Amino acid sequence: MIRALPPAAVFIIGAFLIPFLKGRLKFCYLLALPAVAYLNLLYLPVGQSWKIRFLDYLLVFCRVDRLSLVFGYVFVLVTFIGIVYALQVKDDAQHMAAFCYAGGALGVTFAGDLFSLYLFWEIMALASVFLILAQRTEKARSAAFRYFMWHFFGGVCLLAGIILYVSTRGTIEFAYIGLSDPATYLIFVGFCLNATIFPFHAWLPDAYPRATFTGAVFMSALTTKSAVYILARTFPGAPILIWAGAFMTCFPIFYAVISNDMRRVLSYSLINQIGFMVCGIGIGTQLAINGAVAHAVCHVIYKALLFMSTGAVLHVTGKIRATDLGGLHKTMPFTALCCMIGAASISALPIFSGFISKSMILSAVAEKHQVIVWFMLLFASAGVFHYVGIRVPYFVFFGHDSGIRAQEPPVNMRIAMGIAAFICIFLGVYPAPLYNILPYPVDYEPYTAFHVVGMLQLLMFGALAFIILIRSGNYPAELRAINLDTDWFFRIPGQAFIRFCEHPFKALGRVMDSFILSITAWLRSTPTVSVQIENRVDKFFHGALTALPNLIFNWIRPFKSEINQLSWNLVYILVPFIILLFTLLIISI
Amino acid sequence: MKPKKELTFLDSPENQVKVRKYFYIFLCILLIIDFLIPKHGHFSWEFAPEFYAVYGFVACFCLIYISKVLRLLVKRKEDYYD
Repeated sequence: MIRALPPAAVFIIGAFLIPFLKGRLKFCYLLALPAVAYLNLLYLPVGQSWKIRFLDYLLVFCRVDRLSLVFGYVFVLVTFIGIVYALQVKDDAQHMAAFCYAGGALGVTFAGDLFSLYLFWEIMALASVFLILAQRTEKARSAAFRYFMWHFFGGVCLLAGIILYVSTRGTIEFAYIGLSDPATYLIFVGFCLNATIFPFHAWLPDAYPRATFTGAVFMSALTTKSAVYILARTFPGAPILIWAGAFMTCFPIFYAVISNDMRRVLSYSLINQIGFMVCGIGIGTQLAINGAVAHAVCHVIYKALLFMSTGAVLHVTGKIRATDLGGLHKTMPFTALCCMIGAASISALPIFSGFISKSMILSAVAEKHQVIVWFMLLFASAGVFHYVGIRVPYFVFFGHDSGIRAQEPPVNMRIAMGIAAFICIFLGVYPAPLYNILPYPVDYEPYTAFHVVGMLQLLMFGALAFIILIRSGNYPAELRAINLDTDWFFRIPGQAFIRFCEHPFKALGRVMDSFILSITAWLRSTPTVSVQIENRVDKFFHGALTALPNLIFNWIRPFKSEINQLSWNLVYILVPFIILLFTLLIISI
Repeated sequence: MKPKKELTFLDSPENQVKVRKYFYIFLCILLIIDFLIPKHGHFSWEFAPEFYAVYGFVACFCLIYISKVLRLLVKRKEDYYD
């Protein structure tokens, strides 16, 4: 066999062949791509390969070690599951976006230098926007625009940080960075945005519920987990991450309890689960990093499973809000079962996958004697069972009967859910395959009597609280409402700013204009000196000052119309990125 | 639609009571078993009897009541941003 390709290249090149294939051949091709990517991963030589000398710097497209390989495997696996789930979708653009997106995530995972990291980072951000846009609704379009603006902000922070970092350190090697100077803080902010660390988290519950039902599966897996990988690589042991992570585990669960859109509930729980990983990375011991990575792997699978089962409900009923759903287990028993397996895994019930990874993080926190953090994580563990473990299956598949008699989703979607559900249970029962590929040697036994009983007590008495509250009518009712989050701080002032520029500001410009005109008209009746002054005054006021409101208005107007052109604009940005990438790769052959 | 055919196991109130009864029995077993297992926690309170059960129960009650307060603060109509 010739050289193994960079893992990202398989998906990104592969994506561009999709539109040329038809029918059965396309199905086979879509399924074969992740398989090829997997075989390619197996042949990747450990260490650095695909190196290119670019100016004075060394670009490395393949840096393979234990940490990057774990994420590589799970990203390929979830792409396979996601594409099986999405097979019946007749939208090439979506498939292409999904593969470019997964390719970007793989590229980020295997990047060995900051420049190629940034390249893949942007490809990932841009390609994922299409998975929201493909929904083709007005709400999805504006959500996609906001999502893009968030990631644009993160990308700019990252780029600025990288430039500063490279100019001060003189190296573009992508390795341990650690928080020290402004450059590292900027890079940190860029990473934090993708890792949904507070207050940069609001893009996730805003955008994911608006994605297509298949797109959300990819999105739930790739963006945040690649950020987790990067944090584990660059900032392990940063104390700020311990607290950021602990806070992230707690605050989203309150939002999740009062959210009505089921995919928004899952989005908040996604932030909560990332919190566990971020906390583990902050602790930074071998056990903690192992725990964070193991949790990321399990999380990718069970979160994909949860998004698939709720996506299936959305697909067959067209509804996703708790107020509209209920009693679906009668006609969708398989989907209900898969949803419950995913819910049990995220809740870390014994024999499900979350248990074997979350308990590692909890133990690592305890070993560091972080008492408050430990209590916060334990609170979040109980909470997550409460609102995802019970609430999602209860309100969608059980609870009050909504009268909807939807059929099970198509067979490929059921197969995809079945595979994910199987992996959830398999890893929960037999964690050795996962433990063997973790970055550090694992000396940890999750199934001690004390762990199992303690976790069961924690979760089951949480469930008891749920039963008592539901039966006494004290449980917060499902309401048709939305909840404010940190994105309020730019959405409302942003709207107000545009409205201000459109109406009062323009009116002010007109008033000032006529005022200046009347003054100059009055000046014109006096001797010639005044005319010269008038000319100057006129030039200043009429030319510069009164034009300002119009100038600003003209500057922001494109933003409003650009939203409609978003997909084309993204293509214009994405294509040069990919061309640049392949030019570099071809140079290096 | 034939409503009779659609009735499943969970639709009858007797079965719901039955399910809850088994759940409560399971809870009792968990409480009893707590005294029988070897404990190896990192903190002293982990060795206290029924620590996890109490904490889980209290945590979920707090969760709900804090959420209710949060809802008062952040709840808006669905078309708030439109």
